[in-house]
Amino acid sequence: MPQMTFNRRVFLKTGAAALVATGSAARIARAGNVIIGIVYVGPRDDFGWNQAHAVAAQALKTIPGVTVVEEENVPETDACSKAMESMINLDNANIILGTSFGYFDPFMVDLAKKYAKVELRHAAPLWSASKHPMNLGSYFGYLNQAHYVDGVAAGLSTKSNKLGFVAAKPIASVLSNINSFMLGAKKSNPNASVQVIFTGDWSLPVREAEATNTLVDAGNDVITCHVDSPKVVIETAEKRGVKTCGHNASQAPLAPKGFITGAEYKWVTIYKGYATELAEGKKLPNMVAGGYESDMVQNTPFGAGADEAARKAATVAIADLKNKKPIYVGPLKDNKGKVVIDKTYDNLDPFLDQMNYLLEGVQGSIT
Amino acid sequence: MTDIAEPLGRAAISLGQWGDLSVRLRRGAEYIAIPLLALAITGVLFSIFLLALGKSPIEFFQLVDRGGFGTAFSVQNTLQRSSPLILTALAVALPARIGLIIIGGEGALVVGGFAAAVVAIPLVTGNVPPLLTLCVMAAAGMLVGAVWIGIVGYLRYARGVNETIASLLMTYIGIAFMNFFVEGSLRDLTNPNKPSTMPIGDAYMVGKIPGTDVHWGLIAGIVLAILLSILLSRTTFGFAVRVAGGNPRAALAQGLPVGKLIVICCAIAGACAGLAGFFEVAAIQGRANASLVAGYGFTGILVSFLARHNPLAIIPVAILFGGIVASGGLIERRMGLPDATVLVLQGLTFVVLLMSETLYGRFKIFQVRGATERT
Repeated sequence: MPQMTFNRRVFLKTGAAALVATGSAARIARAGNVIIGIVYVGPRDDFGWNQAHAVAAQALKTIPGVTVVEEENVPETDACSKAMESMINLDNANIILGTSFGYFDPFMVDLAKKYAKVELRHAAPLWSASKHPMNLGSYFGYLNQAHYVDGVAAGLSTKSNKLGFVAAKPIASVLSNINSFMLGAKKSNPNASVQVIFTGDWSLPVREAEATNTLVDAGNDVITCHVDSPKVVIETAEKRGVKTCGHNASQAPLAPKGFITGAEYKWVTIYKGYATELAEGKKLPNMVAGGYESDMVQNTPFGAGADEAARKAATVAIADLKNKKPIYVGPLKDNKGKVVIDKTYDNLDPFLDQMNYLLEGVQGSIT
Repeated sequence: MTDIAEPLGRAAISLGQWGDLSVRLRRGAEYIAIPLLALAITGVLFSIFLLALGKSPIEFFQLVDRGGFGTAFSVQNTLQRSSPLILTALAVALPARIGLIIIGGEGALVVGGFAAAVVAIPLVTGNVPPLLTLCVMAAAGMLVGAVWIGIVGYLRYARGVNETIASLLMTYIGIAFMNFFVEGSLRDLTNPNKPSTMPIGDAYMVGKIPGTDVHWGLIAGIVLAILLSILLSRTTFGFAVRVAGGNPRAALAQGLPVGKLIVICCAIAGACAGLAGFFEVAAIQGRANASLVAGYGFTGILVSFLARHNPLAIIPVAILFGGIVASGGLIERRMGLPDATVLVLQGLTFVVLLMSETLYGRFKIFQVRGATERT
């Protein structure tokens, strides 16, 4: 029937036109915008390191004039180089944010030399003015401050006075989190101690589950961690019926009964800063870092595992940290008896970035 | 029917030599048309998948074109990603011609790359000239890769061990072996963050083809593909390989040294994959570490099957795959699709391709009784 044929033709034509239009829309370069490219080493919904960045990226997208292009699951090989180059060449990105530790050397360093007009920033304190180009830089947050708050709350939430920590690798930033957690716990509960197990790499779900079970079997009734995605640790601990503290992003939905609080990055502060400065044409700082005093870290809202006393103590600790009250008050010994922190250090002091020991009160070893 | 066939048949015969060629072309066209049909079907199925997700298939293919082949940057990105695929696909193609399905290219790549990096350590510290060092490294990579897959071939011939399973398991052994040494005794201690062997240094890296951003591994792959194609089609060795691949018992009955042929083919295949490992170390990474395990060996299997194990066809197929993977990032960013989308496309391609194997010999259009069959 002619009527139907006519309608079908029109439908097909408009349908095809719509498809083509959506296609060509993708190629229009948005002039004058700030275009931010973010590269993640794992999935955006990993309840961990990558999610923390993705959450901040989402907040960036709401700013008018800012476009964000994201790519996930990019390994720390030359694939990340290719991903970033693709963002620079095909998406006209003004700034590239590399979120994984292994992206920096040699990939981002070489890219910064090759594309002098593009800013590159990396989420770990590796940049150095003497070695690296000026369009490259670093940013990070002093998450150990938030782990300190975790410790304060955990110290008042434990019945066995034993707290378990599942850690990835014994590098300075991880050791700092462990030590700060222990110091926070001891502040609210002088009898508390921390037991740490190292899994060996950033993301090893099977080993993380095994470590969690081992810690719970050894009598630890609050578990926390420093791994890329704490999902496995938190879920395993919740199944065993012990309390948990989170890390990187909010794992509260994963532990409805036992979650106390968590140490979260607040990357949105830094990212919004970059976006604003780029839009105003200002030069971006090469090193941006801070903790509670710069609003670059935060603690997850309290969960069901946190009672009144724990919440009060944690809130006081947060206020103290915002006023720059030091965590590392010397002299402090390591767990082998040697004095490693001779005096009191300010929370952002670079001396603390060289940490290669576990303090007294932490049961475990680095090697 | 006979009224039409007769004059046609006579015309065909009268065309003589030209008739022969056209007949051969029509028969040969089957081997191009059916894979193309498989690709087209894959395209349709994948478009349905995208529509079900609410995404535009036209936008997808436009982005594949833009991200893989559309700009100068994309073309180089594609070629860069194709280089290891050509070599690892050759590692599957050659044993396939002798009737073996070897999927251990990944393992050979890893141990080959590891060997190259290890051999480099005394040479670099001894300040041996870069060109000589690179030659020695390449030789080491190829030798170790050859031995690695050669073992698989030997086990198959001497003990009847299934070569597919053996080569896959050898891959896991190879990766564990590399990790053991890279994290242990051969670890470069100045790099605390990622266990690797000593970097070979910028002076020793394989350079880029002048005027492009692509390293010489691409040319090595193309040259080897051409050489292997000539080997298979123009030498007695190649003929023996094809006979043994068609029917091992008949070949044995003829007196062909099937065992030796199998091991040699496997050794050559392993050498190709080992060379891919060498280029990964010497042109991209500069050292051996866990990043060598990037899945090129496995994608190479797919490339070889799509090219029907023909070394020359591997070159365009590898470039096609390189283009798809190269555009994967752009697709992810523009369409908000998860990065696994490209894997879905690759998997679909492989399944449809395997199913299309049943179509050979079914289409009348390719069955030509022509001038070559004179009564």
